[in-house]
Amino acid sequence: MSYIIDRRENAKKKSTVNRQRFLRRYKQHIKKAVEEAIHDRSIRDIDQGGQVTIPKRDISEPAFHHGEGGIRHKIFPGNQEFIEGDEFRRPESGGGAGSGQGKASNQGEGEDDFTFNISQEEFLDFMFEDLELPWMVRKQLKDATSFETRRAGFTSSGSPEKLHIVRSLRAAHARRIALTDKETRQQIRALRKELWALEEAPPSLERNEKLDALRLRIRELEKTSSKLPFLDDFDLRYTNLVRVPMPSSKAVMFCVMDVSGSMTQSIKDIAKRFFILLYLFLNRNYKQIEVVFVRHHTHAKEVDEQEFFYSRETGGTIVSSALALSADIIEARYPPVDWNIYIAQASDGDNWDGDSATCSKILTERILPKTQYYAYVEITSGPHQNLWHEYEHVQEAFKEQFAMQQITDAGEIYPVFRRLFEKRTEGAHESS
Amino acid sequence: MNRPKARQPISTGSDWTFELIETYDREIGRIAADFGLDTYPNQIEVITSEQMMDAYSSVGMPLNYNHWSFGKQFVETEQNYKRGRMGLAYEIVINSDPCIAYLMEENTITMQALVIAHACYGHNSFFKGNYLFRTWTDASAIIDYLLFAKNFIRRCEERHGVDEVEQLLDSCHALMNYGVNRYKRPRPLTAAEERERQCAREEYIQRHLNDLWNTTIPQRGEDDAAQHPHFPTEPEENILYFIEKNAPLLEPWQREVIRIVRKVAQYFYPQKQTQVMNEGWACFWHYTLLHQLYDEGLVTEGFMMEFLHSHSSVIYQPPFNSPHFNGINPYTLGYNMMQDIRRICENPTAEDHEWFPDIAGSHWRETLMDAMHNYKDESFILQFLSPRLIRELKLFSIMDDSSRPTLRVDAIHNERGYRAIREALAAQYNLGNREPNIQVYNVNVRGDRALTLRHYMHNGQPLGDSTNEVLKHLHRLWGFDIRLESVTTDGAVVQAYACPPQAQELAVESIG
Repeated sequence: MSYIIDRRENAKKKSTVNRQRFLRRYKQHIKKAVEEAIHDRSIRDIDQGGQVTIPKRDISEPAFHHGEGGIRHKIFPGNQEFIEGDEFRRPESGGGAGSGQGKASNQGEGEDDFTFNISQEEFLDFMFEDLELPWMVRKQLKDATSFETRRAGFTSSGSPEKLHIVRSLRAAHARRIALTDKETRQQIRALRKELWALEEAPPSLERNEKLDALRLRIRELEKTSSKLPFLDDFDLRYTNLVRVPMPSSKAVMFCVMDVSGSMTQSIKDIAKRFFILLYLFLNRNYKQIEVVFVRHHTHAKEVDEQEFFYSRETGGTIVSSALALSADIIEARYPPVDWNIYIAQASDGDNWDGDSATCSKILTERILPKTQYYAYVEITSGPHQNLWHEYEHVQEAFKEQFAMQQITDAGEIYPVFRRLFEKRTEGAHESS
Repeated sequence: MNRPKARQPISTGSDWTFELIETYDREIGRIAADFGLDTYPNQIEVITSEQMMDAYSSVGMPLNYNHWSFGKQFVETEQNYKRGRMGLAYEIVINSDPCIAYLMEENTITMQALVIAHACYGHNSFFKGNYLFRTWTDASAIIDYLLFAKNFIRRCEERHGVDEVEQLLDSCHALMNYGVNRYKRPRPLTAAEERERQCAREEYIQRHLNDLWNTTIPQRGEDDAAQHPHFPTEPEENILYFIEKNAPLLEPWQREVIRIVRKVAQYFYPQKQTQVMNEGWACFWHYTLLHQLYDEGLVTEGFMMEFLHSHSSVIYQPPFNSPHFNGINPYTLGYNMMQDIRRICENPTAEDHEWFPDIAGSHWRETLMDAMHNYKDESFILQFLSPRLIRELKLFSIMDDSSRPTLRVDAIHNERGYRAIREALAAQYNLGNREPNIQVYNVNVRGDRALTLRHYMHNGQPLGDSTNEVLKHLHRLWGFDIRLESVTTDGAVVQAYACPPQAQELAVESIG
């Protein structure tokens, strides 16, 4: 006797919880691996998920077992040339192939570390853990433009297609109980008991007559109570649906980069990694992201990705040209009501002396009021120049939206990124 | 002649359908019944490879409580599978009533038939017949019990936090092998009874404990040693049981968790002791049943070729010097022994008559059934391993004495060596030899409540290097000092462990 069941459609991923427990337990190891991966990887596959290695000793589950030493006999198959009484030197490491204990290492290999892969999603989870997009909440509520319909309990009026049958019948039942008088109900109950008792009794003519009488009486009593309508207008319950404002899930990210002669390829590489981190991070928070590349030397231009990262220009540097262009683009294409605007600017800090004041003016007047967040990274190991000092004033005025950090080499990209976006929950409370 | 007339093969292609699986199951079941195999009803479940990996990592159970170690196993399995380092098992079968067997959807119809024969009739009849399974497991209750355990542990996590429960489970798992009763027979309980009794048990244990510890307020000046016998009076080998019942500081829910781990360990205890027999039995029957199908003309030659190919790779034994060697393959040993018993019954040689006077020439099915019912690996090998099979497998025995610089071949497959090899191989499957024999020896009830364990050494083998780690876990459960002494057969303590390590010495040092 067999039952054959198709379980293929059943829940997969039964082990998800256990897997998460495992990742949770070895969080420190994984975080370290993620950081190393970000540091080492080429730009293209930074978000590929990753391999995590945990030393075996950290992960083993201890149990009592026998150690080396003492006398033991082991049986092996496939004898070729041995005869009784042969003696030979003990093989290196662990006394030859183990049987019984199930741990074979006859090749003299050490035990491997425990290595496994985490998915891209998990990789990013660890990468962006404890980071947040500042002021996202506030913006979402303020600028909500789309709506979603959600269930919100029940109402006593509504259109027929929203009628909730179970709730309505429950209300009707409660009403009927409330409106029948208590004595009648008690009477009926008593009579029913009597009826059941009689049904148990051995059949006889007398019993049958009594039964009929009882049934009749019960029916009469029930008639009075059944005058109540089974379902009344005010029993009806309707599913209540409300419209909830939905935050805009669109974001645009501006990558602004100086491509003047002083920007070497390695500085651009660092900038690119930074932009990619930001892109991945935004991607986790918004459904749809557009990226605008603005590069500049003495004047700014909107370009595609390829040109942005790989074409070389020479000449002086006027940062304000890029800021002005960004502001124009925002005004033309990205109304702040619909878009969450993020700007990341990377530069080596060079700027034409007279321009920095203009920059700060454009920032404070045209850009910052409309953007979610503006991050400036200066990739230089030298002393700060006037742009940095100018931006410091901007930061004073726009503490919430404007952040600036310095990167000296590639290893700092991730830490700086973390510093720019680390959670600042207290601040969020103040502003709301 | 009554020879059945050649019939149409059930299938010719390699794809499977539910109808085909049903037909194969019916035919194989019919033949199995003819051979006298007694089985639980089968519940055959078709699953995907991903689900197979899930099943793998919760120790083959369809449901289990959550713990990171299962996640680790899952990650490891997934990793190996994705890199192509290992194929997944073709089947997993669960000792329950009905007997649950998993078929993977990737398999061909031949493999499905093989798995049905192997798991649904081979393993299934073993679970139902073998004395260890009959004694120690309750097939009808296991699924319900696991459900109870899973829910209970989930509730504990909600109430006491995931970390707290995880730590407790870690500690229990470290001692899992020491959570089984080896000699007493447990009373089978249904899950419903189990739930009902849980509350009563909580209260009772707590009260009972308080009595024990109330009456043992340390009193100085008495000559205790002579007047007060050991507690426990007899050494206790089930360490988890002892802790569940006697650890002074545990909360009721913690005791229940220990009990759950104990019960699960007990459920797997027979499987650990019958691996060779169980696999051998299942291999023998899939071989026999599928050949019968072929003899009746129900399967094609192509089917048999595919089946024999995977059959022979399953029972392949690499020699000791092969890079693939990983100990003796239990499938090989078990299968060959089963076939050998049949041969001894049907075509005994003079040697067989001398070695196996009782079974040579007897009815093979009855002899095999008797072996399956009444033996475990150790006794099965000791009883039935024949000189002929020792020769075929070219077995030899190596003595490894750590006090000598060389290894010694002390027996090979010849007249003088048969018995020695048979005994040594049987001992290799004796759980008592494989796991160190550690028992609860004493509790200092009138003093610091320290728990002393004794390790009774086997052939002078010391404990391994994770011993101190296990003691930490034991310390967490017991709540007071732990000592562990390795004792030789003449009663001398050769090594002592303690957790926390050497508390007294440290104290002395800090004073000085």
